[in-house]
Amino acid sequence: MSPVPLEYGLGLAAALFVLGLVGALVRRSVLFILLSIEIMLNAGALAFVFAGARWAQPDGQVVFLFILTVAAAEVCVGLALMLELYQRFKTLDGDAASRMKG
Amino acid sequence: MALLWLVPAFPLAGFLLLALPLRLSPKVAAAIGVGSVGLSLVSAIPPAASFIAHPPPGCFYSLPLWSWLPSSGAGKVGLYLDALALVMVLVVTVVGFLIHLYSARFMAGDEGYGRFFAYMNLFLASMLILVLADNLLLLFLGWEGVGLCSYLLIGFWYRDPANGRAAVKAFLVTRVGDTALLIGLILLFTQLGTLDIQELGRRAAMKWAAGSGLAVAAAALLLGGAVGKSAQLPLQTWLPDAMAGPTPVSALIHAATMVTAGVYLIARTQAVFSLAPAVELATALIGAATLLIAGSSAIVQNDLKRCLAYSTISQVGYMFLALGVGAWQPAVYHLATHAVFKSLLFLGAGAVMLALGDEHDMLRMGGLSRRLPLTFWTFLVGCLSMAAIPPLSAGFYSKDWILFAVRYSAPAGRLLWWAAMAGVVLTSIYTFRMLFLVFLSPAKQELKAEPGALIQVPLLLLAVPAALLGFLETPRTLGNVRLFTRFLSTSLPAAIPESGSPASELMLIIPSTVASLVGVGLAYLAYLRSRKAEGQVLAVAARPLRRFLFAGWGFDAAYDLLLVRPWSWLARISRKDVVDYLFRLIAALSRLLNRLLSRTQSGLLRRYLLALALGAAAVLALVVLL
Amino acid sequence: MAVFVISSAVALISTILVITRRNPVHALLYLILSLLSVAVLFYSIGAPLAAAFELIVYAGAIMVLFAFALMLLNPGALSAGGPRRRPLFWLVPALLGLVLLGELAYVFTRLPPRPLAAGGVPPQQVGLALFGPYLLGVELASFLLLAGLVGAYHIGRRKPS
Repeated sequence: MSPVPLEYGLGLAAALFVLGLVGALVRRSVLFILLSIEIMLNAGALAFVFAGARWAQPDGQVVFLFILTVAAAEVCVGLALMLELYQRFKTLDGDAASRMKG
Repeated sequence: MALLWLVPAFPLAGFLLLALPLRLSPKVAAAIGVGSVGLSLVSAIPPAASFIAHPPPGCFYSLPLWSWLPSSGAGKVGLYLDALALVMVLVVTVVGFLIHLYSARFMAGDEGYGRFFAYMNLFLASMLILVLADNLLLLFLGWEGVGLCSYLLIGFWYRDPANGRAAVKAFLVTRVGDTALLIGLILLFTQLGTLDIQELGRRAAMKWAAGSGLAVAAAALLLGGAVGKSAQLPLQTWLPDAMAGPTPVSALIHAATMVTAGVYLIARTQAVFSLAPAVELATALIGAATLLIAGSSAIVQNDLKRCLAYSTISQVGYMFLALGVGAWQPAVYHLATHAVFKSLLFLGAGAVMLALGDEHDMLRMGGLSRRLPLTFWTFLVGCLSMAAIPPLSAGFYSKDWILFAVRYSAPAGRLLWWAAMAGVVLTSIYTFRMLFLVFLSPAKQELKAEPGALIQVPLLLLAVPAALLGFLETPRTLGNVRLFTRFLSTSLPAAIPESGSPASELMLIIPSTVASLVGVGLAYLAYLRSRKAEGQVLAVAARPLRRFLFAGWGFDAAYDLLLVRPWSWLARISRKDVVDYLFRLIAALSRLLNRLLSRTQSGLLRRYLLALALGAAAVLALVVLL
Repeated sequence: MAVFVISSAVALISTILVITRRNPVHALLYLILSLLSVAVLFYSIGAPLAAAFELIVYAGAIMVLFAFALMLLNPGALSAGGPRRRPLFWLVPALLGLVLLGELAYVFTRLPPRPLAAGGVPPQQVGLALFGPYLLGVELASFLLLAGLVGAYHIGRRKPS
């Protein structure tokens, strides 16, 4: 296994995270926002794994597993919401659902 | 002597009786009103007689009554009678009684008859308290009382708002003076520890050097108070408008008594004034300026009472002039003679107005010398007295005494004398203009009523002293009678020592007499001989000058511009309650913040994300940098 | 090292492509590619279990779930909400991203350079940890999945109206 410095890994995680964030801010379609959220979660998980590998401990991967679980649950609900949004407004544009009560 | 307190008490009782909500018939009201003053006069005679015949030791009589604020050192109530006070008391009670008698007939039929006598009695009581007070606080009580009654009586016919405005104006302008007086009293009390007048004089002489700042300040403040009450520059604007009140009010308050309260104050506190030569000079200058301004304004007035009002201001200016050069006794002498002849003139004017059915405009009067003979002759006596035309005029002796004292005074004697001489000419011009227009010019109206006995008797009774009172004090060349000086010197220092020989005295009497006669001649030429001028001596081309003089040298307009307008403007913009603005600002800010923050609740998902991201970046920055 | 560089490059490029595609299917596929490269990365640093999970769960299940959802949408919706034509709209998010990236880079570079430990973490170790100290977490994860399931069902059911 090649001795990759930790900072490189964290830097990659940061870069991926920022890309995901930018994507969430720019794209209007709810689907793409969800995809961007996945990217961000993945980046976070990457950081954890690298950290765990730094100390050669399993904790990093354990957390990675938990993050995965969270991502799965969130994707379930998020996609359900997206479909519901589509049913109601006939569009995937997030701005369409901006009317609030009161 | 111990019953001195009855003198102010009788009018006070009269006021209280008349103020009760009883339905008194006019006869009863008049009886109470006039009777109380009569009783006051009667009760003043024994103390006066015993004072003159057997002067008490030290030539004063002190009657402490009770103590109002025992611990303060100032709150005593006591009466003090000396020569000066006695002169004032006699003037006030005699003239007051005659005027009350007159008004019993003059005000008959008026719906406020009882109210009138109540106010007049209260006024008289206040004036007597003022004059008899032994300490400045009690004097101030009387001072305020006369101010109040002046307001009530000027605005007596309250249904006309113009009268109310005149009353308010009088009250406000004198208030300025009253405030100065009050500050002066506070100054005196804090510095000298007492307000008892005699004690004050002693302590002031001990503690303050002549010309020291405190003395000047105290004297200046007292002068301020006097200026307000006596309608001198710059607070003289209220007196002409105060003629809105009934004529007896004008006679009593604004000719004989209240306006002389300022003169009395200065004479009373002359111990303080003597310590401030600068203020004395200011007094003299004020007097000189006022007498010229008022005299020139009187020449062009068409309203009979306004003309008399301006002449009052002018004559009180003579008194101030005398006080300012240290001629205390001539000032008081002139006060007495002026009270007599001015009230005579006012009452005569009232008789004329009554006879012509409430006519004020002199240009519409005339030809009354035949039809109102008694009024005419008494008015003539009054005019002679005012214009200082010898030999049977009290005004001549008093005014000449003043002129003489002024001429040889320092530092500005000659200048002041010239001013006073100019005033003499002006005085006789406007005085005889009045006489000619009212009585001797061709008749323009029919008589509406005849004056009754109650009107004519006071006129007669006033005419006598108007002619003869002067003989109490005559110049050295004309008999050298010194009764007045000797009497008054017990309480006031004598006039500046006479310099110059009797010849120089004659040298002054002749020009002044000539000046008066010149004035008469001018008036005759302008108003009686020339048909064209008909009451206006200044030709059409000089109309702006006439307007200027008519408006009393524009003081009203000036005050309006400088004081009233800015104040009204301030009041207008404060109507929206400037202070409240601060609180409404807070509310407005909250609302603004609300609006701004509400915009963040847009419902747009990406905005929320942006906010999140921004917040994360900020917090991270904080963590990184700190 | 070379593996790290190549796979991270692939990950970055494909992520950029994900957020800039108009067609969601394309974006999805690029995301799968990105996940794949990340899995390779995991394997290269000695975390094979993580690599396997990444592939099976993330790329295999979650992305497939996305594909199913896409399936249920009309074709017209697919091109809705494309990226803004004008590049200006990317400006603020890009700036923000750069700021954030800068901060993170600053933090990371402050750390003294450390290599990863050699040897990696075998799957047995992870399994022992999961059933040992992190047992509670595993149970909670199952709760979460149940909640997600129920929620998704509730939101997605046919309403009576």
